[in-house]
Amino acid sequence: MNAMAGQIEGTPVAKDSFVTALPGGLCHLDLAVDGMHCAGCMRKIEKAVSALPGVTLARVNLTEKRLAVEWAENAQITPTGIVDTLRGVGFAAHPFDPGVNTSGDGEDKQLIKAMAVAGFAAMNIMLLSVSVWSGNVTDIASETRDLFHWISALIALPAVAYAGRPFFDSAVKALRARSLNMDVPISLAVLLALFASVLQTMRSAEHAYFDSAVMLLFFLLVGRTLDQVMRRRTRNAAETLLALKGEAADRVDADGTVRTVPLSALGPGDRVHVAQGMRFPADGAIDAGEVLVDQSLVTGETDPVRLTEGDPVYAGALAVEGAATATVTAAGSGTLLDEINRLMERALENRSRYLRLADRAAKAYAPAVHILAALAFVGWLAIGAPWHQALMIAVAVLIITCPCALGLAVPAAQVVASGALFKAGLVVNAGDMLERLSEVDTVVFDKTGTLTLPNSHLQNANDIPTDILARARRLAGASRHPLARALAGDVAPIAGAVETPGEGVAATVDGIEVRLGSPAFCGDDSVQSGEGSVICYREGSNPAIHFRFGQTLRSDALETVAALKARGLSVEVLSGDRDAPVRTVAEALGVDHWRSGAKPAEKIARLKAHADAGRKVLMVGDGLNDAPSLAAAHASLSPISAVHVSQAAADGLILGERLWPVVTAVDTARRASTVMRENIAISFAYNIIAVPIAVFGFVTPLIAAIAMSASSIVVTLNSLRAKTRGTN
Amino acid sequence: MDVLLILVPAALFLGGLGLAAFIWALKSGQYDDLDGAAWRAIMDDEDDDQDDAVSRVRNQ
Repeated sequence: MNAMAGQIEGTPVAKDSFVTALPGGLCHLDLAVDGMHCAGCMRKIEKAVSALPGVTLARVNLTEKRLAVEWAENAQITPTGIVDTLRGVGFAAHPFDPGVNTSGDGEDKQLIKAMAVAGFAAMNIMLLSVSVWSGNVTDIASETRDLFHWISALIALPAVAYAGRPFFDSAVKALRARSLNMDVPISLAVLLALFASVLQTMRSAEHAYFDSAVMLLFFLLVGRTLDQVMRRRTRNAAETLLALKGEAADRVDADGTVRTVPLSALGPGDRVHVAQGMRFPADGAIDAGEVLVDQSLVTGETDPVRLTEGDPVYAGALAVEGAATATVTAAGSGTLLDEINRLMERALENRSRYLRLADRAAKAYAPAVHILAALAFVGWLAIGAPWHQALMIAVAVLIITCPCALGLAVPAAQVVASGALFKAGLVVNAGDMLERLSEVDTVVFDKTGTLTLPNSHLQNANDIPTDILARARRLAGASRHPLARALAGDVAPIAGAVETPGEGVAATVDGIEVRLGSPAFCGDDSVQSGEGSVICYREGSNPAIHFRFGQTLRSDALETVAALKARGLSVEVLSGDRDAPVRTVAEALGVDHWRSGAKPAEKIARLKAHADAGRKVLMVGDGLNDAPSLAAAHASLSPISAVHVSQAAADGLILGERLWPVVTAVDTARRASTVMRENIAISFAYNIIAVPIAVFGFVTPLIAAIAMSASSIVVTLNSLRAKTRGTN
Repeated sequence: MDVLLILVPAALFLGGLGLAAFIWALKSGQYDDLDGAAWRAIMDDEDDDQDDAVSRVRNQ
């Protein structure tokens, strides 16, 4: 979290691009706030921000960890001021642009409204139906029954017209594409049931199916709403976390002013300034300055590279030393990016061929049900039943077989499993991730940033006397160099230190000059090149002390790899880095299969070789160079520190610094997949019992209602088992 | 059975009232921050605190 606060400190520029103007001379800003847990935090934040003169609204959303602020246009308030205020009360915050999220929000509310209407209609119609059912076995007058049926029709028809739209739309879409999905039999059953019921009512018959039709919709809408709400929750959480990473760009406008804008506001031709310690926000070419960049997020290579004017640079490259201005180029014009885009497209094409379990079930199920209903209709006509009786039996077959339980079978298990995963620190990106993940038998890890932590860490802390380490840390706190920041941690910086950019930082303590920086800066020439990143610390004329930095394994990498192996998965490391570091990591983790220096195309080739050998691969990676292989693998996960392209390509995101969620994900996916298959088996078993009863004409609306509710409830209860227990 | 002419519309009206109330609540954002709302219910109002303290002092 301290690194985050540091990042925010480093950008004291007007963040006015995040601010939206409201009617009535008000400004609005959304911020993602970190570390908010309770009423105390909420109140502290709202109080502090409301106290700023001119603020008209400061409201925390604790569920989404966000803060909305509004203020009068003429007030002296800047986003930076608000961020500073929040830091003053102990919270790291970052403005962000929630624009992308609003459309999904509307869809949510539409579904909930449809569910409310269906619920209302179902309850009222059921009220009338119960009277009819009990009347039918006692002494109801046929006029009263007709009246009740007509009132039911009056409620059901508009309710279905409104609440059924999500299903009708999707069914029409599927039919247009000449395919069948679960919504086709659902829509057909509901519409036919309503149509037949109206006919029955006109004939003043004993039975009508208004209740079944509306209840069916209600149950299915409950399942769909749950699914949608869970997905929005995880998506919002991921967005907040991304915003907290502080991914914004310092754009240099034509008049030379620098302003911080959201990444989405950057376009080709824009010039961006990247200070030491920051990452390049977009792909481009350097047009001024000379900078040493760490491209490990891009290529997996850990050794920094020196770039000067005209050199291409990729989003995610970290400026280790020096600063530069770059001109953003259009995506796809760079050679590396070009190749990555091409590979990505091809990989995604392959993946879209994967057919979801529910769709596979629907493909077999829908035609079977429709043929069965048609046969029942023709059969009863053939043995001389009147056509309306034959129609009612066909409708009964459709209703009783309507995939109510089948429609809930997959989403119910998915909701439970993704909720459990979210708690365990993993956000599910793709709807069918759990299904694909459950089939995985090989795990391929990228090294840099995936098995190791994304930032460099001090390697030789044990060789350095603690008092010297403590003093060096305080001096490092005064520097903005990434390695110095990594060394400093959260100690208070030394006062009066002077930093020479690109060289080091110096201060005078008790009359002795202390220096921290490059070996040359400390007058030391004993450091050989190729020893990784080294900074020196020197007190007065004492010999300089070397601090070695390098990639540190994630704290639970060893356990994770062991746990994956224990589950019968084969583990492999596939890295773009040089031979030696990859070997060290692979040996430390006990991984036998590893490959270094792999280019994006070679990574894909390796995955393809696995696929051809019939293996299903889970790819875990974070870099731009991993993006195509994340898209090509059978399933993929990516840490939250990954570049945008990779996050978008991955099926799930791992939150936090630990790697263990990979194991939890595999466990949960396997379990969820078992539960899904059980659910589908339960609904098929139910159909095998119910269909003959319907075909032979014994189903009344009462039986249909009981059978439908019972199977749906059994499936929902079974889905609760998709939660895994006892995973660390 | 004439009573049905009153009871059925009454039932529908009351049910409809509930539905309208729910949709209103949804639209006005009552369900946007369930966790926050739970905490807000037990949050003291700062100004009230001070008033209480003052009145307590006065009463002594």
